[in-house]
Amino acid sequence: MMVKKSLMSLALAAGLTTLGAGAASADVLFWSTQGNTVEESQAMRDQVLAGFESGADFQPSDTGPWITRIEAELQAGSGKIGVLGSLHGSLISLGDGLADLSDVNTDGVNSTFLELGKLGTDQQKYIPWMQATYIMAANKKALEHLPEGADVMALSYDQLIEWAKNMADATGSPKFGFPAGPKGLKHRFFQGYLYPSYTNSMVSKFRSPEAEEAWNKFKELWSYTNPGSTNFSFMQEPLLTEEVWVAFDHTARLADAFNQRPDDFIGFPAPAGPTGRGFMPVVVGMAVPSSAPDMAQAKELIAYLSQPETQIATLKATNFFPVVDVELPDDMPAAVKLSGAAIAAMSGAADANPGLLPVGLGDLGGKFNAVYVDSFERIVLAGQDVRAVLDDQADTLRKLMEEAGAPCWAPDADSEGACPVE
Amino acid sequence: MYSRNLPYLLLLPATLFLCIFFLYPFVLVAWQAFVSDTGEFTSEYFMEMATHWKFNTALTNTFMLALAVVPFQIALALYMATLVNGMKRGRDLILYVWTIPLGISDLAAGIIWLAIFEQTGFLNSMLQGLGVIEQPVGFLGYQSKGTIFLAIVLAEIWRATAIVLVILVAGMGLIPKEYYEAAEVFGASRWKQFTRITLPMLKPSLQTAMILRVILAFEVFAVVVALGGTNLPILMGEIYTWQYDLRDSSVAAAYALVVLAISIAFTLLIMWGLRTPKGARV
Repeated sequence: MMVKKSLMSLALAAGLTTLGAGAASADVLFWSTQGNTVEESQAMRDQVLAGFESGADFQPSDTGPWITRIEAELQAGSGKIGVLGSLHGSLISLGDGLADLSDVNTDGVNSTFLELGKLGTDQQKYIPWMQATYIMAANKKALEHLPEGADVMALSYDQLIEWAKNMADATGSPKFGFPAGPKGLKHRFFQGYLYPSYTNSMVSKFRSPEAEEAWNKFKELWSYTNPGSTNFSFMQEPLLTEEVWVAFDHTARLADAFNQRPDDFIGFPAPAGPTGRGFMPVVVGMAVPSSAPDMAQAKELIAYLSQPETQIATLKATNFFPVVDVELPDDMPAAVKLSGAAIAAMSGAADANPGLLPVGLGDLGGKFNAVYVDSFERIVLAGQDVRAVLDDQADTLRKLMEEAGAPCWAPDADSEGACPVE
Repeated sequence: MYSRNLPYLLLLPATLFLCIFFLYPFVLVAWQAFVSDTGEFTSEYFMEMATHWKFNTALTNTFMLALAVVPFQIALALYMATLVNGMKRGRDLILYVWTIPLGISDLAAGIIWLAIFEQTGFLNSMLQGLGVIEQPVGFLGYQSKGTIFLAIVLAEIWRATAIVLVILVAGMGLIPKEYYEAAEVFGASRWKQFTRITLPMLKPSLQTAMILRVILAFEVFAVVVALGGTNLPILMGEIYTWQYDLRDSSVAAAYALVVLAISIAFTLLIMWGLRTPKGARV
């Protein structure tokens, strides 16, 4: 089924590409891995790109064919692709083939993401295009139990723990929820939230004393966490049944709760620790390959897509959030409004410390996640000694990184060769 | 018409089927578990499996489950089969009702029991309605491994006793009535008839039923996943995790071979333990 479907979309994409190239040679070819469903690509063309005066030809494809074609064009030294749109992780592998975009106007574009777009060089390799992420959600009933002086839009981990404790004391049962079920995205919390907030690292400081502290903090939080959490995979469900009042999850996995009862819930940023407000953005960037036929026109398209109105149109077309400072209009679905406010506060916070999705692990991504999940199960669920577990899991992590030969990614400092586990 | 080769010809399709769909994949799995990427013989994958922190827990849990479920099921099925056989009327109806769980997939069975035991489930609302508890209890939380275990045992007994029952009822039907009539004449009690006639005569059926049940018990998966998630690791669950989450077919294959070895060992043990001496066969 799956194979057939992706084959079909491949054939379709190939067909469309030839069509597009023949029909409008003057348009900028926008080669994207996002907006890849029929509805989304249609909306991209009709509602987003229609306003671009020089004309753009939007061609989405699966990641495989996407990489193959751009690599072929880069190798040939000339090509038809004007603008590339893809996830940070895919763009990073094209690093050297991307033109410097430092002269594109990036006023209002999120500076944290702009920094990521440099890919560790002094050139602007890509301009952020849109984003998704993991946030916190709370039932409004929970707000009265907030610790004194705490601002829900700028919590610290200590305040979150106190809040969870207050709720447990007041209601008699733990009301904090965590997606620790079999299909829950708990590993993203440890990788992109807890570790960056306490160690300013995801990999190299895995077994540091700071990491030990982070796990002990999480254990404390866990003591006020609904024990049913080990069965929760989509936090929107327990939020709607009110089994939990406060929860962490991916925006897409909270959307139902926000949309069904928009007046009962709020979205807010993840908490901050000693080394900042760790969070894991899913960043989609726009880049121009060095083989682009018309560099100026390509940059024009990027500038157009960075405008606030275009960013909002893109949000409507793809459900991915703007990366520029925008006021969201009123006709948005509730989930967009509620999570949009949280995302803006989180990525725009002074102490924001983004940790990226693992890069360059290929097939080992599952085992990489398992290092964090196993640590969680051993330390938190089985109550094993934190130090011993971290030492043990660090060996596994080191072996993985060496096998993959993957260099460090944010927030870890760049490395020569495989990312070291200290 | 009859040729000496006919039996072999008739066996051929089944043999071919087994070779293609059992032996061949088995060889592939064994190959995956023992041969490294570079084509050398290696015990690396077994080492990785055995030294993983979940291995011992998974092994123990699987054995404990089998130990808790199978003996109880055999005893229960024996009792139920005796009841069914002693009925004058309504025997078929009862038999149909008792075998309903057989028609339900194990995952569905797991979900049914999940609907009973979960925090917003039937058991909680009933207890709350009766005023026994004030707040819903998380029966299947990670701290209550005992309750999870108990729920799985219950679900397994509910789901898979019927298969033993069917085999035993058929087996009991084969025991000649004359033995019981003779026993009546000598004034043997019901219990004596059961231990001296039914049980010994039922050995071949018991053997089949036990082999089937024990193998299935070591392969238990969906019910555990539904009720316990990852809280109660078992061997089959680990195979799935290594294959699909960790993308390591070699270690998954090593696990699969362990399950196979356990199944074979227990099959041989049961065959030996319940063997019928040649002279005593009906």
